[in-house]
Amino acid sequence: MTLKEFSTDMNAKALEKIKAAFPDTTCTTVLDSVVVDVQPENLESTLSRLKNDPAFNCGLLLDVTGIDYLDYPTPQKFRFHVVYTLRNWQDNLLVQVRTAVPDPQAGIATATHLWASANWGEREVYDQYGIRFNGHPDLRRILNHWQFEGHPLRKDYPIEKGQICYETDRLENEIRARLFENGIDETTMKDINTEIMFLNIGPSHPATHGAIRILTALDGETILANVNEIGYLHRGFEKTAENRTYNQIVPLTDRLNYCSSMINNIAYAKAVEAWLGVTITERAQFMRVLLTEFYRVLDHLVCLAAALVDMGGLTNYWYLYNEKEAAYDLISRLTGARLTSSFTRIGGMYRDFYEGWEKDLELQLRGIEKGIGDALKLVETNRIVHDRTQGVCVISAETALSYGFTGPVLRASGVPYDMRKDAPYYNYEALDFEVPVGTNGDIYDRFMIRFYEMAQSIRIIRQAMQHIPQGPINVKDSQVCLPPKDQVYNNIEGLANHFKLIFEGVKVPAGEWYDAYEAANGELGFHFVSDGSGQPYKLKVRPPCFYTMGGFHKMVEGNMIADAVINLSCINIIGGELDR
Amino acid sequence: MALGLEASLGNTVLTTKLDAVINWGRQYSLWPFIFGTACCAIEFMSAAASQHDISRFGAEVVRFSPRQADLLLVCGTISYKQAPILKRIYEQMPLPKWVVAMGACASSGGIYDNYCTVQGIDTIIPVDLYISGCPPRPEAVLDALIKIQEQIRGESILIDRHNDFKGILD
Repeated sequence: MTLKEFSTDMNAKALEKIKAAFPDTTCTTVLDSVVVDVQPENLESTLSRLKNDPAFNCGLLLDVTGIDYLDYPTPQKFRFHVVYTLRNWQDNLLVQVRTAVPDPQAGIATATHLWASANWGEREVYDQYGIRFNGHPDLRRILNHWQFEGHPLRKDYPIEKGQICYETDRLENEIRARLFENGIDETTMKDINTEIMFLNIGPSHPATHGAIRILTALDGETILANVNEIGYLHRGFEKTAENRTYNQIVPLTDRLNYCSSMINNIAYAKAVEAWLGVTITERAQFMRVLLTEFYRVLDHLVCLAAALVDMGGLTNYWYLYNEKEAAYDLISRLTGARLTSSFTRIGGMYRDFYEGWEKDLELQLRGIEKGIGDALKLVETNRIVHDRTQGVCVISAETALSYGFTGPVLRASGVPYDMRKDAPYYNYEALDFEVPVGTNGDIYDRFMIRFYEMAQSIRIIRQAMQHIPQGPINVKDSQVCLPPKDQVYNNIEGLANHFKLIFEGVKVPAGEWYDAYEAANGELGFHFVSDGSGQPYKLKVRPPCFYTMGGFHKMVEGNMIADAVINLSCINIIGGELDR
Repeated sequence: MALGLEASLGNTVLTTKLDAVINWGRQYSLWPFIFGTACCAIEFMSAAASQHDISRFGAEVVRFSPRQADLLLVCGTISYKQAPILKRIYEQMPLPKWVVAMGACASSGGIYDNYCTVQGIDTIIPVDLYISGCPPRPEAVLDALIKIQEQIRGESILIDRHNDFKGILD
């Protein structure tokens, strides 16, 4: 049985199982996921069963998103819908639970008591769509500022209508609530011997590597409570994407996780192609694997370089960052850009590798290996590094899963979930590599896992370099890929084809789907709603570090303020992806 | 070989203009504050790393306290949520100060013409120099630095610039 058949078979079995368990609901399979449509009153029981029933065991709530059908060509009974995306990573079972929201003001039941990740996920839906979640402990805006009025992702909100923010949110009530939750009440706070100090780190602070606000309540240097505010780099990716053709969105995806821009390009193109039913050429698949792994290495290099600077080891910055800088030579020659590559197109790649790329890449890999080796010599058996990181900011596997962690941060806590192994694509199952897994879930594990992952990625790159076949890099489908230039210039069909694809975009059949990719930070997912035109009706990103940041307080509370700083750098929060 | 007044004072005294000597000091010891929010900040990292080495231009003392800095480098998109913070950071910097908008987003909002992005930081604070690019190359950052140095050379220390600036948050 091939993998494809195996996965279709799995899907059919999962569908049967879910159908049997929820007889009154409509279940369908869409790509790799089973979509369950439920009535709002059954939402909670359905979600609860999917999580707690060992037959389903959906331990990860990946994402929550709303949909506004106001302008959708096929009229829907209710304007708003909410979709929960769940995953049972052991059995590669992906379930989406959809429900209509008859009245956004009256809202629907929350899922925060089932998964902690629902907290931020539902807050985002509330912020962007104005859908209330009853029983949510802290339902307030998350991406937009507190003085914002209206809900920008609603279809009747004009995209250009900016709203000025005059003052930053105080967050006083939130931090007090958090203190109270941690068992510190008013009387303790008023006690003269306790003297709790409130300290803001960020939004503009060297430790935040961008713009995040970490508000802490301190007893001495120990963090008693922590509340985080994000959204400072909210750039309206999703609303902008609704006004672009599918290929025009590729440059926007560059700017999600800008440390590994090409992985976003690839993940996005893969998601669109999945629904189009386009299988890209063998060579393009190999190119994507190669480049993904190369960018994974670069992403980890930047993360570790910056993290070790935060710990006081500036030398590592030169060893690690210089290799990233050197890699720009190859990237510039290949893509024409340094950071924002925009290298994929729906149906393939922008262009093929240049002549002699193997030699350059091999040289690059050796340089990186040397840089990693030099840095490891400084940190691997370094007493100061060990003392500062081992047993610090620990998060258990259970908590990490509940908060929706994915990627290296989850694996550091001992959960071996990696999409390249558990839900493989692009021939990953044929490649020989290991998934490093941590044991303690502390900062040390999160650091070291990135070092080990780089070694594994280099292994994958070398294998892919050996096996990459010759051939075209774009599919031969005039509905998807641009015709060759000689046809555009020399015959009218080619010209018309080119114009239609550029102006109208790649026509994607109407429907809704979710597709994910193992990016450098974890599961990067895209949830699309298409109305059949050349522009997505809705495009939601499932950013890995949004949910990692959602569990940040669980890691740092009880630890020292200086540990919070290095913890933030080792989970690799990238603003563009966090706030979109 | 001294002439005029200097000739009568011997070879221990050098006369110059106050503007010239103070500006000479200012232009070669700029202390940048990096307001890095997005992709451009990664390119600034490259400008500071060994290959491009910003210290060749006397501006490697990157400060993260606005009170110790005189060059504000805004690297990245500024959202409306971020705007009051940027303004406050700018106000906390002592005079004289210069502002560089690095990249398309800081200069004009860039590709983000939407509800949450400030369409250019010059609607909030006065800007002396704009760097194009999305993101600009590190060489462009160095070029901007040299341009700011040239600008400083031609300034008068007695005149406060941008006294009459009014932004959307004022």
